Amino acid sequence: MAEVSLNNVSKAFGATQAVEDITMTIEDGAFVVLLGPTGAGKTTTLRLISGLEKLDSGSVHIGGRDVGQYTPAQRDVAMVFQQYSLYPHLTVRENLAFPLRSPILKTPEDVISKKVQEIAEILQIPHKLDNKATALSGGEMQRVSIGRALVRDPQIYLMDEPLSSLDAKLRADLRVQLKRIQADLGSTLLYVTHDQIEAMTMATHIGVLEEGKLVQYGTPKDIYENPKSVYVASRLGLPRINILPADLFPGSHKGTQIGLRPENILQADASGDGIEAKVLRSEHLGDQIRLHLDVRGHAITTLSDPHQDYTAKETIKITPQSPLYFDASGMRVA
Amino acid sequence: MAQIVIKNLKKEFGDFTAVRESSFTIEDGEFFMLLGPSGCGKTTTLRMIAGLELPTSGEILLDGEEISQRPPSQRDIAFVFQMFALYPHMNVRKNISYPLVSQGMPRAQVKAKVAEVAQILGIENILDRPVGGLSGGDRQRVALGRAIVREPKAFMMDEPLGALDAEFREHMAEELRALHDRMGATTVYVTHDQLEAMQMGDKIVVMNNAVVEQFGTPQEIYDKPATMFVASFIGSPCMNFVNFNGQLGPNTNELEMLGSRFGVPQTREPFEGDMAFGVRPEHVTLSDAAPFRGEVLATEYLGTTQIVTLKTAGGEVKARIPSNQTAKTGESVGMTFDPKTVTLFDRETGRALKSELNEGVLHG
Repeated sequence: MAEVSLNNVSKAFGATQAVEDITMTIEDGAFVVLLGPTGAGKTTTLRLISGLEKLDSGSVHIGGRDVGQYTPAQRDVAMVFQQYSLYPHLTVRENLAFPLRSPILKTPEDVISKKVQEIAEILQIPHKLDNKATALSGGEMQRVSIGRALVRDPQIYLMDEPLSSLDAKLRADLRVQLKRIQADLGSTLLYVTHDQIEAMTMATHIGVLEEGKLVQYGTPKDIYENPKSVYVASRLGLPRINILPADLFPGSHKGTQIGLRPENILQADASGDGIEAKVLRSEHLGDQIRLHLDVRGHAITTLSDPHQDYTAKETIKITPQSPLYFDASGMRVA
Repeated sequence: MAQIVIKNLKKEFGDFTAVRESSFTIEDGEFFMLLGPSGCGKTTTLRMIAGLELPTSGEILLDGEEISQRPPSQRDIAFVFQMFALYPHMNVRKNISYPLVSQGMPRAQVKAKVAEVAQILGIENILDRPVGGLSGGDRQRVALGRAIVREPKAFMMDEPLGALDAEFREHMAEELRALHDRMGATTVYVTHDQLEAMQMGDKIVVMNNAVVEQFGTPQEIYDKPATMFVASFIGSPCMNFVNFNGQLGPNTNELEMLGSRFGVPQTREPFEGDMAFGVRPEHVTLSDAAPFRGEVLATEYLGTTQIVTLKTAGGEVKARIPSNQTAKTGESVGMTFDPKTVTLFDRETGRALKSELNEGVLHG
């Protein structure tokens, strides 16, 4: 495995600037997640590293070497795509062995079978090795295509939303497995997703992309607790952070906009402390209530105890806790 | 608007039973969810209410009138599909007014109705646009508009948000629910997404393998699951099941499991054999002193909270704990369970054992 670094990388498609001046280092053994909505430049960044797209400017180094002129094969990266593409006429074993049989690698047969067995066990599919690829469930197929990347020992694994076509339960299982596999093997992994849960739970570092730019890079905790802008603050956390004019609340403020995570709003009954908020609707999510409030025309979402009863139009009092402050342009000031 | 009563409704396709004798009541003005995995019979149930399928047996009462054999056009029910089918060659206004024009409603009246619906949905500014260039959300709103404009007795919706991406889905779910709150129309909504069902529904029917497993309010179903299927389908992560073999007195609030003693809600029936001790992740607390122990397999950071996966003698257990509490992979930790929230299950049948917690919710 190797360290991968991007220096001032840019790429445009016609008039669209897909990636703009990205500089970042993916350390050896790190699990880096690029997070952003559709069109933020996540996939393009991945494709620039793999060599599937050519750089307009800047450079990509893998293991210290500038790979700008290398073909994808010469870069020695392994990619996993959103849609699993297995060879339907081959068995699971043959699918897993396929990359090792490449004429460049010339892997001996006994090494291949050992490696395939090892990966099958990590992915918990050893009993499926002799099944045809088409006889697998969706989750198993995706595990095989991840496995096909893992049998190799590339410089870096590049994964483009590999779990997004799976159902929720399987996605949750594979999240834990993938994280464990990466930690066990000590692999370097760059993973692209728009799913904040995947980013928070798996990443050692998250890179947040906005319109082709890398706007913040740090640990999940860092990004969650110390976002640099309203944009970044809104990427992590469900329900989403409330962004409100600061003067909605009494007292002096360090910025014009205040950011309040739903869990950071203290509640009291109508006779208690705080400003008045009208209950619009309460949703029972089981472990908690999601409470939709209105404060002088501003919508606020907060959380509450699941066994508390609320009636619509009821008035409660709220007080902000650990607020984040932003200026009018959305940049963090305090 | 309307109350819908479903009585012993059944549907067979040849040898295959899609829906097995189901009964439940949808009250006037309710937002009612049919929830279950694919193939459980939820869509077939919806289609029978709408008249797109005829039941093999059983009754459907719409405001007291039996309608199960009537054609859809005589039921006064509007259907919104997953793929919003709009007329591509017509503009938004024509798409919405089509159902009224085809009923022969006078022009002036049509115009007034369309204006009213457009205002409810906040799409006045796109009425004269062709539907081709609209965003997903606007297309969805137009499809809804076409259903609302007829003022039917009830709405049937089959995963109307299924095709949207997560962020936008959340937004549309809120919009749809707010729309329902303004109009108060009885709505039956099919989904396989438990969070969507919890979030939007007044009541939920959970189906599995053609059978209604449970019927109740979201909180009731979450706190007092009737079966292991319901307990594992609702909640994310779902309820933990600690597997053990033991016996249970008929009226006790303690049991012995895997060598430790645990508090449980007062039991209402005795049991002996294979059981599952069901406890939600947020009711698991890590405690150094606790005798029941597990090894930390994984931690997942979620902002304010984290999910810790533990390997115990009774299987894997997930705990939702504050993220500032440390748990290291490989470490052995003790855990306690909030006794008031525990549900015990008969592992062979998957049925919840009756207790002080769930009596009154479980039938039969």
